[in-house]
Amino acid sequence: MTDSAPAAGQPASPAGQPATPAPQPATPRRTPLTAVHEQLGARLTDFAGWLMPLRYGSETTEHNAVRTAAGLFDLSHMGEFSVTGSGAAAALDYSLTGEPSALKPGRARYTMICADDGGVIDDLIVYRLGEAEFLIVANAANTGPVGAALAERAAGVDAAVTDRTDDYALIAVQGPRAAAILGPLASVNLADVKYYASYPAQVAGRGVLLARTGYTGEDGFEIFAAPQDAEFLWAELSKAGAGEGLIPAGLAARDTLRLEAGMPLYGNELGADITPFDAGLGRVVKLDKPGGFVGRDALARRAQEPPTRQLIGLTVQSRRVPRHGYTVLMEGQPAGVVTSGAPSPTLGVPIAMAYVRPDVAAVATGPTRAGTAELAVDVRGNAEPARLVELPFYRRRS
Amino acid sequence: MTVPSELYYTQEHEWVAISGSSASVGITDHAQRALGDVVFVSVPEVGARVTSGEPCGEVESTKSVSDLYSPVDGEVTEVNAEIDEDPGLVNSDPYGSGWLFKVKLDDTDSEVPPGLLSATEYTALTREEE
Repeated sequence: MTDSAPAAGQPASPAGQPATPAPQPATPRRTPLTAVHEQLGARLTDFAGWLMPLRYGSETTEHNAVRTAAGLFDLSHMGEFSVTGSGAAAALDYSLTGEPSALKPGRARYTMICADDGGVIDDLIVYRLGEAEFLIVANAANTGPVGAALAERAAGVDAAVTDRTDDYALIAVQGPRAAAILGPLASVNLADVKYYASYPAQVAGRGVLLARTGYTGEDGFEIFAAPQDAEFLWAELSKAGAGEGLIPAGLAARDTLRLEAGMPLYGNELGADITPFDAGLGRVVKLDKPGGFVGRDALARRAQEPPTRQLIGLTVQSRRVPRHGYTVLMEGQPAGVVTSGAPSPTLGVPIAMAYVRPDVAAVATGPTRAGTAELAVDVRGNAEPARLVELPFYRRRS
Repeated sequence: MTVPSELYYTQEHEWVAISGSSASVGITDHAQRALGDVVFVSVPEVGARVTSGEPCGEVESTKSVSDLYSPVDGEVTEVNAEIDEDPGLVNSDPYGSGWLFKVKLDDTDSEVPPGLLSATEYTALTREEE
């Protein structure tokens, strides 16, 4: 067999012969936990320049464990920046679409950083750790551009932007049993750690920043730890979770979990040519912040205009999986493009997110709406019938 | 990783079991590990002609799609009906209940159709690819 679909995170190769020989790809970096993944027999992949576990065994088993018990993730490849100083809050209000200055210390918010034209540079979580101290978590692939943009936008004010990526290992415990597993190891009462809150705490006696955030649609925690504590914490969490059904989970499961939860992935639903409004995420844009922000004028114009595209969910009535870049058809005619697609272990059918014209979204047939037009996805020459569903595909019960 | 010695193999990671003028075809343990959880297999129809080295179907997993090549020339006589219900058989039992299709061979003269690899040769090939 030949692999005719690009692996996650890899760019498509250019057609034709290059004029000069291509440079050797750099060896991917190891995280503080790569050795553990190797010992566990994980299938490793180069993801954004990091050697990461794609899966340890069956990615479907890992996905289902997160939905029913808990999964243990190494997220140390993510980028982290601290922004500190008396001008930090104002600098971030100016740099990002959201309003970090309105966060109380100990709270976090999902937000974006946009370019002048309103296109998304990255989607981020911003944690306010103190009056004058913030932590920004960025996608691994965008760490460079995010750092450069933050530094440029904070220039000339009392706000120091420091790349802390190498100072943190990041371990996530995600799933309905996450709190039960982590509770006995944590120095704080997890019932007091609200969703999208963060606390300096101890886990198994090691100092960490503990956050109730995640990318799976389940309850869960992200643990920012010192790199030298990573292996110890992984082992302690694994022991604590052994009786609760906790298993290690890799990037393949991470992607199917976030897709079911309707969460965007930069490079698929978000990109430099996409605005937060396109992705249905206008809530992260605070147009009326005093002092404005980078991209404000372009986004204000976009907010006035009728939208040109809409992000929708699709379920497919066959086993073939709609994938990034496949055409969405309405009554046989091109009507949009798939941004992400995968088999959904929880729904039992292939699911996808896609950008379509708003008029298409308005009339498409789906399980909860009458509709007048049938959708399909062109899966390698086969028009597979698809139905429009509301996002998210999956919502946790509590 | 298993490479049963009584089977023959292709560079595209299919296995072939020869029994007289009939051949059974599937994908190898190496292939199923590389693919991850198989969610859909498209095999040729009964009665279809297949040609050695030509794509005749697809194996789809969570993250990727791979062409399925026919290792032999002939006519498809049977397809595994269980694969549709349970594509995971390809992962759990690639050489047994995960078989994909059977072919009546054109070439009834050669004991083994030309162009196939032995278990030893295939093992060496997979070691090179690691």
